[in-house]
Amino acid sequence: MSALDTAAAVRAGERSAVDILDEHLARIARRDGEIHAFNLVTEGLARSQAESVDAAVAEGRDPGPLAGVPVAVKDNTCTRGIPTTCSSRILEGWLPPYDATVIERLGSAGAIIIGKTNLDEFAMGSSTENSAFGPSRNPHDVTKVPGGSSGGSAAAVAAGFAPLAIGSDTGGSVRQPASLCGVVGVKPTYGVVSRYGLVAFASSLDQIGPFATSIADAAVLLEVIGGHDPRDSTSIPEPAPSLLDVLGRGVDGMRVGVITELAGGPGGVEGIAPDVVARTRQAVAALEAAGARVSEISVPSAILGLSAYYLIAPAEASSNLSRYDGVRYGLRVDAPTTGEMNIASRSAGFGDEVKRRIMLGTYALSAGYYDAFYGKALKVRTLIMRDFAAAYEQVDVLVSPTSPTTAFGFGDKTADPMAMYVNDVCTIPSNLSGHPAISIPFGVGDDGMPIGVQILGPAQSEPTIFTVATVLEDVAAKGGAQ
Amino acid sequence: MSWSIEPTLPEGWELVVGLEVHVELSTATKLFCGCANRFGSEPNTNICPVCLGLPGSLPVINGTAVKYAMQLGRALLCDVKPAVMARKNYFYPDMPKDYQTTQYEQPTNSDGEVVLPDGFTVGIERAHIEEDTGKSTHIGGGGRINEAIYSLVDYNRAGVPLIEIVSRPCLDTIDHAKAYVSGLRDILLAIGVSDARMEEGSMRVDANVSVRPVGSDELRTRCELKNINSIRSMARAIEYEARRQIDLYTSGERPRQETRHWDEAAGRSTPGRSKENLDDYRFFQEPDLVPLVPTAEEIAAIDAAMPALPAARRAALVEASSADADVVATLVERGQDALALAAIGRGADADKVVTRLRHDLAVDDFSKVSAESFAALIVMETSGDLTATQAKQVLAELVDSGGDPRSIAAERGFEAMHDDELADLVDRLIADNPDEWQRFVGGHEGDRKKMQGFFIGQIMRATKGQADGRAVADLLAQRGRSPANGSPGT
Repeated sequence: MSALDTAAAVRAGERSAVDILDEHLARIARRDGEIHAFNLVTEGLARSQAESVDAAVAEGRDPGPLAGVPVAVKDNTCTRGIPTTCSSRILEGWLPPYDATVIERLGSAGAIIIGKTNLDEFAMGSSTENSAFGPSRNPHDVTKVPGGSSGGSAAAVAAGFAPLAIGSDTGGSVRQPASLCGVVGVKPTYGVVSRYGLVAFASSLDQIGPFATSIADAAVLLEVIGGHDPRDSTSIPEPAPSLLDVLGRGVDGMRVGVITELAGGPGGVEGIAPDVVARTRQAVAALEAAGARVSEISVPSAILGLSAYYLIAPAEASSNLSRYDGVRYGLRVDAPTTGEMNIASRSAGFGDEVKRRIMLGTYALSAGYYDAFYGKALKVRTLIMRDFAAAYEQVDVLVSPTSPTTAFGFGDKTADPMAMYVNDVCTIPSNLSGHPAISIPFGVGDDGMPIGVQILGPAQSEPTIFTVATVLEDVAAKGGAQ
Repeated sequence: MSWSIEPTLPEGWELVVGLEVHVELSTATKLFCGCANRFGSEPNTNICPVCLGLPGSLPVINGTAVKYAMQLGRALLCDVKPAVMARKNYFYPDMPKDYQTTQYEQPTNSDGEVVLPDGFTVGIERAHIEEDTGKSTHIGGGGRINEAIYSLVDYNRAGVPLIEIVSRPCLDTIDHAKAYVSGLRDILLAIGVSDARMEEGSMRVDANVSVRPVGSDELRTRCELKNINSIRSMARAIEYEARRQIDLYTSGERPRQETRHWDEAAGRSTPGRSKENLDDYRFFQEPDLVPLVPTAEEIAAIDAAMPALPAARRAALVEASSADADVVATLVERGQDALALAAIGRGADADKVVTRLRHDLAVDDFSKVSAESFAALIVMETSGDLTATQAKQVLAELVDSGGDPRSIAAERGFEAMHDDELADLVDRLIADNPDEWQRFVGGHEGDRKKMQGFFIGQIMRATKGQADGRAVADLLAQRGRSPANGSPGT
């Protein structure tokens, strides 16, 4: 049952929020031991929220657009009085004294926070293998990764543990796991969703986004969590985009571009699997059949995004993660002096990938290296923004694969960080440019695992990319992605 | 002004001082959150997720702090430009995020100046916005962090808005350094953006000191002096440091670039961190905040609301009174320049106005003395309606209770003693005392003085003290010089 149908049934008094919660808790109990989508199932909180929703309905009050809908929340989103671990040992024992803005907005909309989902430590990774608490597994094939870093949220939705989930996307961390788990994932325009209460990885790239099983469900979730928040200075001072009303507009006459470099074209990225390219091309053909005007668009700098990202994101992370020093909260490993205590706590509390990125970022910002690394990466970022702006002069939306491959096996890429980083090549440009993108399931690969197609658009074009995604969703539902 | 005497450095050496002055802005709330910006609260009571740097928290800049910073920038004659917040990364337990949010390459204010009372101009490199840290108290181990048994941290101060005012290395004497800090404080108080109390730490001075041979324009290795908590302490610390460096140079050594900790009680500084390995703060643009872009309208509004600043006030009073720079500086410091200008504007004699203010109005509260009454009093004195003694007495009463100087004079029986009246009295006295008069006119210097005292005493007795002793002396001298000095009269 979709989130929208669930909310409608609860608001109409046809279903009780508590019953819906119990159904989902039962599914979690049956299967999460295997999937490990959750770091924590927040049954107590969820039950009290569900009871409030039912009470509101009984009293004739409207509990909101997500009445009684369980939502799984990535465990880097602060929840008052509930552990928020970022899947890291460094935050051991820390209870946030406040709720993230998205948590407040979900609560006001009648949603039920069902649990905190697993992630790559501090959202650094593409498989959840970097979680300090063990990886999550792909519900379609538990020998495969669910993607990452929001792998727990993607797996929770794919496994039916919750109709909706919240993730965060810094370089593809919502879209890539959505693609690997066969669900919808959205990276909104930077500033559409408040970052207040999202534990920062790379502040200029981080954006919270929805997971859902349908475009309409993702739309309602984004409408609930989006909109201006005065507590986030980078929040766009506008209400959330209105999406549900425009989903059925169709693509007749719309200009759709295929990013040549990411879709098997000449001079493009190596390593994008043929089955993934084929599904992407099939999606583009379906849009053309639906009336869109399709063209090939070259965005040469898109390929450079990966290198720029792996300097900018670690640089910001090296600063954002300084505060985990053992002084005020989280893990403290005692040592004779304060400085030694800082080092001991951080050495014990952070995993290898986090340490790797802190070191990369520290180096990139160091005197004498700044210009060659961080400074140059910022220039590439500007170049990417310029190239995408030029592309959006020619087309309304762009299409590419979301992930170069379908879900891979555990350990396949952990030995080689570069092989893991390449997973993000298609998703990173939107983070660097701040533009929105959506990944929607579109058929399966040669291995039978889900493939996601990515629709990208210029800033605040969520209504447009959701419309395009809806057309592809219809095509796939009618068997057009086989 | 009561500057101490400039200590003399050994022959052939001169000072080069640049000051970094941190000023806490007196906003109601902190720089990035709504917590109270208050000194003296119970530890860790004015804190929230933002100023504690808790995971997921985000800063929102305090508009009033930005406005105050721009006001200060305009008062320091700086360029006020679009600014970018930056992160300065280093680990310290009282800094919650382990980075300080500050301004680096694009500060709000740059390229200003402060003109000192003697006309010396101090260049201001920048005056940027940043957040304060918390406050650590290290228990045991001599109060130093790495020897302490444990440390207590109070985060009430974390996130308090600061302006760091960086002067160019252009201060050439200790007196100029003192006058500069004092002048900055006057400006801060005049525009009302800080209470600028060094003893409470709302104004903190670090001094970068080097020396060089007189006549050279090189900038030699400098040391940064910290823990200076008063202007006097700064003067001592700079002098100590200059002598220490000169001693090193004259004995063939050279100073190391380092931070030194001033010990006021011991009267000396001790080395802190060596700056040979310069800290790498890995500055980069703060991604959680957007650039601060002042509009032309905002700057125009700030300029329009700008009160008269000390340098301009001094210039105005010099213009109106021709008094000496140090006297004018004193009056401006006491806030009596407006009274002086108003009295002069009402026709009171400028010299007399400045003299009375300088010597007879050195009081904290002169609010009851209106410009009108003060001007009237000075006019009465210069026209001879009041003697100097009487004028001082009337002024004292004006300070205590205000009122009209004419009625006060009348109540006290200070009747008008006109010049011709006094002259008659003097002439009569001379006629009545011919022997004494001869001794005054023809006697030796000692006799003359004695007799002047006699005549003045007699006049004072006759007038019950209302006569002006100086006027009597002038009359006596005048009569003594006249051709027929053997007898009074014309």
